[in-house]
Amino acid sequence: MKTHRALPLSVLVLASGCGGYQSALGAKGAPAIHVEHLIVGIVAVCTVIWILVMMMLVLALVRARRSVASQATGSEKPLTVAVSAAIAATVVIIAGMTIASFYTTRNIGLPDSTALTITVRGQQWWWQVFYADSPAGPGFQTANEIHIPVGRDVRLRLESPDVIHSFWVPSLAGKQDLVPGRTNSLLLRAEKPGVYRGQCAEFCGLQHSHMAILVIAETQAAFEGWAATQRLDAAGSADPDIAAGQASFMAKPCAACHTVRGTPAGGTTGPDLTHVGGRRTIAAGLLETTRGSLAAWIADPQTLKPGNNMPMVPLTSIELRNISAYMESLK
Amino acid sequence: MTQDGDGLRDSSMEGSELHRRLTAIWSTPSGLWGALSTVDHKIIGRRYVTTAFVFLALGGVLSLLIRLQLAQPEARFIGPDRYNQIFTMHGTNMMFLFAVPVMQAMAIYLVPLMVGTRNIAFPRLNAFSYWVYLAGGLLLWIAFAVDTGPDVGWFAYVPLAGPEYGAGKRADIWAQMITFTEVSALAVAVEIVVTVFKQRAPGMSLDRIPLFVWSMLVTSFLVIMAMPAIMVASSSLILDRLVGTHFFNPAEGGDVLLWQHLFWFFGHPEVYIIFLPAVGMVSTIVATFTRRPVFGYLGMVMALIATGVLAFGLWVHHMFVAGLPRLGESFFTASSMAIAVPAGLQIFCWLATMWAGRPVFKTPFLFVIGFMVIFVIGGLTGVMVASVPFDTQVHDTYFVVAHFHYVLVGGAVFPLLGAVYYWFPKFTGRMMSETLGRWIFGLIFTGFNLTFFPMHILGLQGMPRRIYTYQPEMPWSGLNLFISLSAVILALGFLLFFVDAIRSARSGSLAPANPWGARTLEWATSSPPPPYNFARLPVVDRLDPLSDDIEAVPVASGLRVDRRELLTSSVVHASPEAREASPGDSIWPLWAALASTLMLIWSIFSPWAVVWGSIPLAITLIGWFWPKGVPEDEA
Repeated sequence: MKTHRALPLSVLVLASGCGGYQSALGAKGAPAIHVEHLIVGIVAVCTVIWILVMMMLVLALVRARRSVASQATGSEKPLTVAVSAAIAATVVIIAGMTIASFYTTRNIGLPDSTALTITVRGQQWWWQVFYADSPAGPGFQTANEIHIPVGRDVRLRLESPDVIHSFWVPSLAGKQDLVPGRTNSLLLRAEKPGVYRGQCAEFCGLQHSHMAILVIAETQAAFEGWAATQRLDAAGSADPDIAAGQASFMAKPCAACHTVRGTPAGGTTGPDLTHVGGRRTIAAGLLETTRGSLAAWIADPQTLKPGNNMPMVPLTSIELRNISAYMESLK
Repeated sequence: MTQDGDGLRDSSMEGSELHRRLTAIWSTPSGLWGALSTVDHKIIGRRYVTTAFVFLALGGVLSLLIRLQLAQPEARFIGPDRYNQIFTMHGTNMMFLFAVPVMQAMAIYLVPLMVGTRNIAFPRLNAFSYWVYLAGGLLLWIAFAVDTGPDVGWFAYVPLAGPEYGAGKRADIWAQMITFTEVSALAVAVEIVVTVFKQRAPGMSLDRIPLFVWSMLVTSFLVIMAMPAIMVASSSLILDRLVGTHFFNPAEGGDVLLWQHLFWFFGHPEVYIIFLPAVGMVSTIVATFTRRPVFGYLGMVMALIATGVLAFGLWVHHMFVAGLPRLGESFFTASSMAIAVPAGLQIFCWLATMWAGRPVFKTPFLFVIGFMVIFVIGGLTGVMVASVPFDTQVHDTYFVVAHFHYVLVGGAVFPLLGAVYYWFPKFTGRMMSETLGRWIFGLIFTGFNLTFFPMHILGLQGMPRRIYTYQPEMPWSGLNLFISLSAVILALGFLLFFVDAIRSARSGSLAPANPWGARTLEWATSSPPPPYNFARLPVVDRLDPLSDDIEAVPVASGLRVDRRELLTSSVVHASPEAREASPGDSIWPLWAALASTLMLIWSIFSPWAVVWGSIPLAITLIGWFWPKGVPEDEA
């Protein structure tokens, strides 16, 4: 009914398989599937317990109402037996659920030694992602988007240079905190190709709400193709708008915070923009990447994402248009 | 020395003469000065309860603001900066300024009456604790009003709350507010332990202590053992922020997780500090409205103690996704699961009591039934989050928000509201409205479940906590709107509750001494009780000392009537040991509280406040303890 609900990202939601986009109950990866089974099992058992207790409550109250006259003055022994039995049952059920929990933990296990390792650094309020050197080529850096091959264990090394964040892509795995001064790790695995959304789950300040990440699971071949593109430096362009945009980018404060490999821009405060135009979203999942959204973001980042660390850089409308074109061209 | 401790006794005194003399010696003078210097536990208790309910109302308004903002995706009603202050204030206010103080406040009023004594132990400390609590609450709310409210969550995780990322004085306000409320909570805990151990009516041996008093005794021990952890944590945080220590700075050898351990070593017992008093209230109400003693008294007491002990072995389940070793996590899964056993035992004992009793469906009992329905859900979701793999999916999501509201509102606020309806006649001498009470229960029960149950689903659908907005493409908008509308029903219920309480306090029908036919000692005296509580101290010879004729309670005599005096008794058997003077009214606790407030607020800005601020504090304490030459000074 409202126009903003029809934002293009909702298409993504549908494309990725209904509701499973960011849901613990739409598990698409082995670790999350194990946990989903546990969740369903425990919830079922607990529901039965709740219904039984409520039946006892209703019975106790109704029974007593009926037999006001015949107040039980007899022995309390049957009650003692009933209460003891209920406690014994509680102990057994609790023990059962504890064992089921341990069993699930063991099933999730640890990533195997051949796992692909990706380092994720949570920052206020975006995700920095490092792919290490591999036989296929040197390592590279990207942001807010992780590509993984399907059917393969992926080990995430989780670090934080500022405050605590938490990496959570519920369709693939449970969450794990990124704690300054420590390195945590998380096993990620997708059984099916798809786009899985996640977002920071530990309160991390003003823009905790807008700190999303996409995990894109694709076939091994597609993944390698993507990685090969990422290893490349930014391509120049003959288009005069884009060339002018690049020149403005280098001349303005942009380059002080962002890196575009293959150009003089080498700032490390903000996300690496070498292939920003090839990412599906900008500003940690805030907007779909289009020339228009790039322009809106560059023109006024503080209105779109109040409190984030990107300042508003004064630009003429022509500069803005050109820089947006340049950003979009960085596929 | 001329009186040699053998002043005028009550032994051979007539009722009206006794009343006249006891009133003269125990009553609080009218006027402002009397109000500021009183040490009567009933006046202070009422004050505490009223203040705590004011904070409840304020915290409730904050929650409505939260719901307003979350009703629609990407709403621009409240910005992130204010929103972070609001949810931090909501949690901090509800935990530190409402839930813990209100439970202790009920105990301040009720415990001395229930154990049959004339005032709480250390009554001036009691007065001091109230002023300090009030100052802490004002500090927090005034800071919020001037846009300096804490914005780091009620848990204030570092480094976000540390010197580098927590700019301004916001986190300091939070940390110092902790100091205020912890000082007052510790003071009250000590008073309650001593009152229960040493001032019980003759004959009230350990196995005749009312269950509410037991629950407050265990709670008080939890306070004494848990609060120092948070005092260490918040003081270290202030040191990190003010004088540049590095307790929590990993770059200088500090540890971020140290904060979490300290905070949750306090924070988990905190849940039971709130919940156990409620358990005592439920037991009391169940016994009265089923017309029989609670089934399994010994088991109930053991369950209270077991819960209190286990409460200290669970804190790590708040840190299951922080990256701690697996084996350690397994231990805390097992211990977190295990606490369901004493909780289950209590539920089963209440069910057995209802089964064997003759329930009378008055408003307090309705709230207890609501408690059973809601708390069992909260307990079961508690078992769920105790499992590490389960928790990795729901930790820090709306599932947990739902869970702890089911535990804290269902487990503590429902019994508390029942307790207010139940003890209101004792507190005020007037009854609350039974008709309105049923409406209020209906609205709150319905509103609560409609508001909080869907949050379980939102959490599983991936909605994290503490977000000020969410994007329209997430499938959460419908449920969020539904929740926000339901919150209006809940708020209406509470509004009506406040209306009923204020109206009844002014013009409710007059209450007899024992309107519910209860069996505990607070009902053995008039409603409200006289300043001296009992004209003659009751003597207890069984678990439920009252019969239908409250005049039939045996009493002790021989206490002096020319000074405030009460009876101390032995811990186990409550055999009378000595006549003990009870301190009279004094303005010094207020001065000492003001001096403490000055020092604590000043020390947000300068470490030297601890040095210079201790001078006025020392002066007020000297004034407090200086002998005044009154009869109570005698041994």
